[in-house]
Amino acid sequence: MRDQKPNPSKSSSPATQPKPAAVSAVEMGARQREISVSEFFTKNRHLLGFDNPRKALLTCVKEAVDNALDACEEAGILPDVVVKVEAVANGGAPLPASQASRFRITVTDNGPGIIRQQIPPIFAKLLYGSKFHRLRMSRGQQGIGISAAGMYGQLTTGKPVQIISRTSPRSPAHYFEVQIDTKKNEPRILEKKQIVWGAPRGTQVTMEVEGRYQKGRASVDEYIEQTIIANPHVKLTYHTADGETKEYPRTYDQLPPSPREIKPHPYGIELGMLLKMLQDTKSHSLSGFLAGDFSRVSPRLAEEIAIQSTKIMAPPTNCLSPIGERAILSGLYQQIKGEFYTAVSRPPAVYRGNPFVIEAGLAYGRGPEQAAASAEKKAVPLAEGEAQDNDHELARVIRYANRVPLLYQPSACAIYKAALDTTWRNYGVSQSRGALPAGPMVIFVHMASVWVPFTSESKEAIAEYDEIHKEINLALRECGRRLGAFLRRRERAHSEYRRRNIFELYIEEVVESCNRLKGGRLSTAKLKEQLQKMAMRRTGGEKTDELMAKNGSGPEGLPHSIIVTPEGIEGEVPVLVSEAPEAVSPNGAPEADAKPGKPSRPTGKTRRRAKAKRETSRATARRKA
Amino acid sequence: MTRPRKTSAVEKKLVGVADVVITAAQRRKDPTLAIPIRALSNVSFNERRGLIEMGKRKQARSFFNVGMAKKFMQTVLVADALCELQRANLTTSLREIYYRTKHTIKDSHENTLDTQDESDPLIEDLEVTLAALREELHVRAENAGSIVGPLVLVDDGDRVDCAKLGKGGYSVPSIVEPEYLQIKKCTADFVLLVEKGTQWNRLSEDKFWRRYNCILLTGNGQPPRGVRRLARRLHEEKQLPVYVLVDNDPWGYYIYSVIKQGSINLAFESQRMAIPKAKFVGLSSADPEAYGLPRNVGIKLNDKDVARARELLGYTWFQKKSWQEEIKRMLSSGLKYELDALANKDFQYLTKKYLPRKLKERDWLD
Repeated sequence: MRDQKPNPSKSSSPATQPKPAAVSAVEMGARQREISVSEFFTKNRHLLGFDNPRKALLTCVKEAVDNALDACEEAGILPDVVVKVEAVANGGAPLPASQASRFRITVTDNGPGIIRQQIPPIFAKLLYGSKFHRLRMSRGQQGIGISAAGMYGQLTTGKPVQIISRTSPRSPAHYFEVQIDTKKNEPRILEKKQIVWGAPRGTQVTMEVEGRYQKGRASVDEYIEQTIIANPHVKLTYHTADGETKEYPRTYDQLPPSPREIKPHPYGIELGMLLKMLQDTKSHSLSGFLAGDFSRVSPRLAEEIAIQSTKIMAPPTNCLSPIGERAILSGLYQQIKGEFYTAVSRPPAVYRGNPFVIEAGLAYGRGPEQAAASAEKKAVPLAEGEAQDNDHELARVIRYANRVPLLYQPSACAIYKAALDTTWRNYGVSQSRGALPAGPMVIFVHMASVWVPFTSESKEAIAEYDEIHKEINLALRECGRRLGAFLRRRERAHSEYRRRNIFELYIEEVVESCNRLKGGRLSTAKLKEQLQKMAMRRTGGEKTDELMAKNGSGPEGLPHSIIVTPEGIEGEVPVLVSEAPEAVSPNGAPEADAKPGKPSRPTGKTRRRAKAKRETSRATARRKA
Repeated sequence: MTRPRKTSAVEKKLVGVADVVITAAQRRKDPTLAIPIRALSNVSFNERRGLIEMGKRKQARSFFNVGMAKKFMQTVLVADALCELQRANLTTSLREIYYRTKHTIKDSHENTLDTQDESDPLIEDLEVTLAALREELHVRAENAGSIVGPLVLVDDGDRVDCAKLGKGGYSVPSIVEPEYLQIKKCTADFVLLVEKGTQWNRLSEDKFWRRYNCILLTGNGQPPRGVRRLARRLHEEKQLPVYVLVDNDPWGYYIYSVIKQGSINLAFESQRMAIPKAKFVGLSSADPEAYGLPRNVGIKLNDKDVARARELLGYTWFQKKSWQEEIKRMLSSGLKYELDALANKDFQYLTKKYLPRKLKERDWLD
């Protein structure tokens, strides 16, 4: 520890020093030397999300994809990204993906490309980037991520990072192989040349890293899927390590509005920060400083602040790029099967001078397909003592910071905590004390901010500032209210429906029994009809069908919501047809069946879905037969 | 219908359930069965007759009520099954009724019944609603009783001499109505109804019945209907006094009261089952002192025992001064005694000392 301390005065207390091992101050001073960030992170790679091979693989993919999306969006290009993860043989014969320990990750984008001179520092110098010094929302913040991923690859496999980049069809593509000099935190170029590259514009980065490929929670697959939910404007092709190809078509054709760079807002600025800003300012007067270096401070307001406390307008939000309710709905609807979807974007708020926006979404239910599947499972009559199926699955919380899914440390995150202490019971969802609500439910929360306060450098959880917690809570409550309204409405219709149903079911039994009691001399049809008429009258007749929305009533009073019933979909379903002819929504939306279009080979996910759909329809046909 | 057959009264009653549905449907009314309530709130103790009688309160079971629809349907289903028994002239068990009526409801994955717990009360409902005994409905219970003594019965035409059946005796069938079981000859002086099989075995082995010229009857715990009905018939037809020997605990007291006044649940059958003149010979809470049973063969009353004893103190048919004293004495001692505890003094203490002295001293409670 001692030689890490830059101040030698602390170690010169002779009273505590045992004599024989005494070291002179000069000798000690000679040992003191600077530590490069690269060296620091080599020893502390867990701080950046490289604690274990599985997580490391995810972090590498994540950093590369985040960079690609940031670049595309900043340049105003609808992102088209290809992610490829391949198992690499480490000496011996190639291993199956689940057992391999070495992977090659290639991420290609259609972004603006990187100019030749910038390629080495961007990929092989820690704390080098465009995003740190400005207050503008982006996925990356510190300029560590991609270089750290490259460094991790270099440390574990010895292989350099390979980059191909091209800025326009008119300029050549550049190929680089770079490594990081960990002592100096400087890039070392192993190879650079101009090459012929098929893509007219974009960047491709390839890394070879030690890792482990395993599906499930916090896997690369989950990251990709959650990324698509929050970024429906992205077209992504994912080649898994298993050799599977998953196509995620673009489902929302508007690029999020480009966020602008801003200055800090006076609310919540801390004294130390203020002092630092005062030192750095070019202004000569206090009011000039206030007006020049802060957001929302006009010269007149500056005069007022200089004299007394005052009210200032909320920070500008054009520095933020929230996903938007329609896009969240679209993302949830396309990727998660459910019966009810809703989305809420909160107005901007401020923590510690940083503006932020909280957005929340909900997907509830199992979706018509799954509901049908579970109904099929129950087709066997239950024997005595066989329990009715009662699932106690808890809701899933998917967390995002600046559109990037957060997959680790859920319980340390402000989002998770806010989801916990929202009283979901008020909205018709059961919830045990200190637990997430129970039920088939996905809770989506996104925090967009110029500076997301992460609890660590590996960006896994959002720190719990009161303002953030409050905003998340408000957003979740609004979602909850809408869900509650939906559930109540459905419950009312359902109980009516059920009443009719049970009477209809039992009428058969009662009539049959009466007929047997009467020695088979009963006009069963007549009795059945009389009872059925009474059943209809007593349960509100046609009303039930209306309540069940069979007659096409919309999700009244529920803004930004989608309701899916076996009969169809209500509410605004923002779907992009122009670019996604192969888009098969998980809910079997009508537009899915529409296009006979191109003879495109259904791939990966879509193929699986199509198969599931075929099976369901076969099963339906069987039941009817 | 292959051959014409006389419709029994019970069958007519069962068909009446179908008529309720048909008539209501014609009048566009909700089909409803009025079922007498089988609970303490709807029974009263007729002091003059010494019987627990069922009150007039009834519950409506309607079909067009979400909470009752299934039960209504099940009731009609059980009535149908019971009618089938009548027509085929068969007897069956509660469990077989359950299996007979269980099936999946058309076009659903719902069972008509899920457990026997659902069908058993429905049979009792029909018994009270139609005022038909379970025996008349051809539903039988297990043969759970034994009888031995100077008695000749005729069962299905077979002569059964209960004095010549060794120490095992005759197994009392569930249905002992005169159509099925006739009392041919009886020379006994009284009936001794013992709660537990072990004490009955002791008395039977010791040929107590021969020495005291009595009939020994047991129901192995709460006596089943066959045993109660047979005791009642011996009491009624042969004018035999009935003495009851049970454990000294609240459950023993209650067994005695069921034999004597009838049960709350099946109060409507009291008139055919109860023996208002039955006497309680023991084990009394006064016996440990009178017969010198040491305290350490007693068992501490648990909370349930105490609660049950307090309930008994409240029942109108336990209001006699002697009974209040009896129960309060047990409560104040804080102990209960099993009949088996008499073996502490001698294996044959029950046969040779206890019962002879009880009978000699006429030491019993009414």
